[in-house]
Amino acid sequence: MTLAAKPQVKVDTHCPYCALQCGMSVSGTTVAPRDFPTNGGGLCQKGWTSGSLLTSPARLTTPLIRVDGELVPSSWADALDLIVRRITEIQARHGKDGVAVFGGGGLTNEKAYLLGKFARVALGTSQVDYNGRFCMSSAAAAGTRAFGLDRGLPFPLTDLAAADAVLLIGANPAETMPPFMQHLSRAIDTGALIVADPRRTPTAERACLHLAPAPGTDLALALGILHAVVADGLLNESYVDERTAGFAELWRVAARWWPERVERITGVAAADQRLAASLLANAKNAYILTARGTEQHASGSDTVSAWINLALALGLPGRAGSGYGCLTGQGNGQGGREHGQKADQLPGYRKIDDPAAREHVAGVWGVPAASLPGAGRSAYELLDALGTEDGPHALLVFGSNVVVSAPNSAHIAERLSTLDLLVVADLVPSETAALAHVVLPVTQWAEEDGTITNLEGRVLLRRRATKAPAGVRTDLEVLNGLATRLGQPDERFPSDAETVFTELRAAAKGGPADYSGISYDRLRSGEALYWPVPAEDHPGTPRMFLDGFAHPDGRARFVPVEHRGPAEAVDAEFPLQATTGRVLQHYQSGAQTRLVAELNEVVPEAYVEVNPDTAERFGLAEGDWARVSSRRGEAVARVRAVASMRPDVVFLPFHFPGAQRANLFTNPALDPSSRMPEFKVCAVRLEKHSDSGADEVRGIR
Amino acid sequence: MTRKVVVVGYGMAGARLADEIRARDPRGDRVSLTIIGAEPHAAYNRVLLSAVVAGTMRPELVRLHDQDWAAAHGIDLRTGNTAISLDRAARTVALDDGSTVDYDALVLATGSRPWLPPVEGLALEDGTPSPGVVAFRTLDDCDRILGAAKVGAPVAVLGGGLLGLEAARGLAGRGHLVTVVHPVGHLMERQLDPGAGHVLARALGELGIDFRLGTGAARYVPGDGLKLDDGSSVQADLVVVSAGVRAETALAKEAGLEVDRGIVVDDALRTSDGRIHAIGDCAQHPGTVSGLVEPAWQQASVLADLVTGADVSARYRGTNVVTKLKARGVELTALGEAQTEVGDTGAEVLCLNDPARGMYAKLVVREDRVAGAILLGAPDAAASIVQYYDRGVPVPTDRLAVLLGRALPFGASPASSPADLPASAVVCRCNSVTKGRLVEAFRNGATDVPELAAVTRATTGCGSCRDAVCGIAGWLAETS
Repeated sequence: MTLAAKPQVKVDTHCPYCALQCGMSVSGTTVAPRDFPTNGGGLCQKGWTSGSLLTSPARLTTPLIRVDGELVPSSWADALDLIVRRITEIQARHGKDGVAVFGGGGLTNEKAYLLGKFARVALGTSQVDYNGRFCMSSAAAAGTRAFGLDRGLPFPLTDLAAADAVLLIGANPAETMPPFMQHLSRAIDTGALIVADPRRTPTAERACLHLAPAPGTDLALALGILHAVVADGLLNESYVDERTAGFAELWRVAARWWPERVERITGVAAADQRLAASLLANAKNAYILTARGTEQHASGSDTVSAWINLALALGLPGRAGSGYGCLTGQGNGQGGREHGQKADQLPGYRKIDDPAAREHVAGVWGVPAASLPGAGRSAYELLDALGTEDGPHALLVFGSNVVVSAPNSAHIAERLSTLDLLVVADLVPSETAALAHVVLPVTQWAEEDGTITNLEGRVLLRRRATKAPAGVRTDLEVLNGLATRLGQPDERFPSDAETVFTELRAAAKGGPADYSGISYDRLRSGEALYWPVPAEDHPGTPRMFLDGFAHPDGRARFVPVEHRGPAEAVDAEFPLQATTGRVLQHYQSGAQTRLVAELNEVVPEAYVEVNPDTAERFGLAEGDWARVSSRRGEAVARVRAVASMRPDVVFLPFHFPGAQRANLFTNPALDPSSRMPEFKVCAVRLEKHSDSGADEVRGIR
Repeated sequence: MTRKVVVVGYGMAGARLADEIRARDPRGDRVSLTIIGAEPHAAYNRVLLSAVVAGTMRPELVRLHDQDWAAAHGIDLRTGNTAISLDRAARTVALDDGSTVDYDALVLATGSRPWLPPVEGLALEDGTPSPGVVAFRTLDDCDRILGAAKVGAPVAVLGGGLLGLEAARGLAGRGHLVTVVHPVGHLMERQLDPGAGHVLARALGELGIDFRLGTGAARYVPGDGLKLDDGSSVQADLVVVSAGVRAETALAKEAGLEVDRGIVVDDALRTSDGRIHAIGDCAQHPGTVSGLVEPAWQQASVLADLVTGADVSARYRGTNVVTKLKARGVELTALGEAQTEVGDTGAEVLCLNDPARGMYAKLVVREDRVAGAILLGAPDAAASIVQYYDRGVPVPTDRLAVLLGRALPFGASPASSPADLPASAVVCRCNSVTKGRLVEAFRNGATDVPELAAVTRATTGCGSCRDAVCGIAGWLAETS
């Protein structure tokens, strides 16, 4: 499908991929970086090549319906009619919760908002959650516990440029958001960039001090460094007295974790823990930043709490020039967790079990509060329940590729296969779409308007820059089409983004994430608006907590958390630990980036990083195909011998489909409070895969 | 029916056992708990006493429990009470206040007491230390040490073992003139070989500590100091004794339990009376060296499983001991068979001795596994070796890298000239730009960094390759 030849206008917008939301301008399908505070004119290879997806021959341009086992083209009317007919049948048989909705952290605020409303109002189901559960949920739970409110970075990213010391934990921005690194140059120059990561990543290579904890032991490391802060007389006592509560209870735990004891658990030298403590304590301005490496654990929220405890002991949060923050991953990982596609939330970061919140949101929606369902299952639990007696029998997926991105993914694919109805709305034929009964082709970033909330809590307007291919609809139009067929009034599900945003503002008004003062006009005029923005004349809140934290008494909370270690121990059968992560060239499940030739040439297939000694011990050489197996399943990947890897740990990127899915072996053990699965550590073994070569391996889908 | 568990001893083992029991039985449904503690105050963390002596930690921070801990957890805590006898038939413990306590299960966690060597004048007739002599064992001892020695005053430490050296380092850090008297020819002879002991003495010497090795104390003269066996003397306003400990076994012995060096226990931590258990320093388990916290805490965890019924198959199988010296500025780790010599034919032994830089690194490998090690001045290497030891991970074949850690620089080759880079070398990782691509772009007319960036996108990601691209542009300009 070719685009209409029109004079090409240059439109200022933002990158479709990660939460850094680099400023770029788009002319037709050509992308160029522009000077914006988060990226300072930089772009990584993903951003530079993002325009190629606009005209990719792989784009979906017509709805598909499964007939006799095959997906065949259909009209929109037939596809939507079919979906609604099946939904009605399934709900008649299994009740409202017989139909579930699964969203994504890449969806705009408007889509996330309308999707949550669609689930609660049009479907009347409690069964709605999203892939941000696999991403931000542990940091969000811990941030809320400590500060009373969670915003990834509660300060502008550019504040980091004045930091004398920065501790990054489980974060690899040199690969996952490269232009971010420019904000660390001062910390690198002053000799106080500290990176905690089991691997010697490109980010760790830039560090002045690399702490390499064994996977799953970050919580102990945080306790050890905090212990060193106290034992070496570096505790910020006046801050602890004036701005926090709960230090005594925390110290009863941390007192048991002196650095030498922590060394034994983590493999991080006690001397290095003390050095980290003193670099942070002696810096005038210091930041502690966490990311998925430390968060994606069955003890993820407690682990983040442990890092926040350290930040509080040093007196960093809520002080201009210092702080704690979490580096959000997905493009709209921040906004996506605020506006109601999460099982336990309503728009404005409200709780669904809060009567006042229900009353307010129901009022905006024009429905009785009693008609709103309660909290539903969390992402993995929802997927795990599909097709079971009490679980949903239909699933509508927007902006997610769960067959690749969910843990224990063979099991999830098996659950999907038991559904009476699987609907996938996507721009490309993802691995999940390939299993669907109905596939709906939707627009992508440069083809539609919408807002995104970046990693700093700044709300950005992504503007339509080019025309969508014929036959493609926006997610908002899809929701409108479904909702009206389900008997909802047309005006309740607007398909115009700005109209939806206006309603979102009303729904979010007065909530923790208050967007009511943000308008498209203010965003178009270039205002830098960080939520909360409670009124049209309010300037927004670039730096939170300067006057107090969001708990009623204004104090931040220390949380007494205890080290637990990985949910799955190694044994003779599975003697190694596997950890997973991202590479620079690919994004999330890779459904989009694997279609970009320039990216796929650099990293075309899954690989496993192994210490050369370990590789040899398992009979593997560089370039061999290896099978990485756990108790749950096995993935195949090309061996890369990497001398800096711990001999007991292997690493795999998770962007690849079919037999190369790292999530075939990951552990779905869940965090008790965030319900985050333990993506980052499980017990595995390595074996040589048959010599039949790459083609067979790639062919398995 | 709740089970009456009585713990004699409210130190690190007894306090931990109580925590572990209440973690498994928070409301006391299964176990009613009584703790008898001889010291008048709440349990404290003995490991942190050297930080108190060093002056970096306030004494109140070493408490293991808050004042209201016992009440909050439904525990009958009797501090300032000493258990004086056991009646195994009646299953009661008699206390020094005349009361008795019934038990279904009794746990002895009575710990150990410092041993005073038979040096003339060191002890009073009742066996307690003379004025000016302090053991380094309790929080009260810390108070005594800090109260007795004016800043800068000379202090003698009797005993060059782990705890003696930690005390010496703390006191030196407070400005005292410290002399360590040790009857053996090298320090920490239980854990170190002579080579390591000598490098350690030299490293501590640079921190201001003097040593008298290979000679014992003969006589203590209050107000003056120590006379040594070799006839010399050491001036000291205070003598800190750290010459070892003895398990506190009197109660067990009088009750007729089997006692050797300590109270003998099996893997279920049972004494010769199945209703009586012992954990921590007072217990003697075949796989355990006493005097360390980690074994006591592991025993507490196992015993809590057993007495609450949380896991009746739980057993304690001993602890792999790793010794770490907690002395600011000196990083020492020792483990396993550290005394095996370089010439040993049954093992692979690597050893590097660099006294001038305070470094001693020794690794004993058997069947590709760590069998022993001493690492002084190589903290990161030590941390990795301990992981291999604890986890049974085969030792990487680059033994030298294992032994030296960061001291062996990673990829230590000097920054190479752009000319030496292969064309396939990735210069800009963010945009996958190779040197070859930059050369090609230069030849096509992009001759400075902005132009190269515009054509190849190099430098437009994180920006860290800017210097490298600049270097390549300069090299191409010179050579073209």
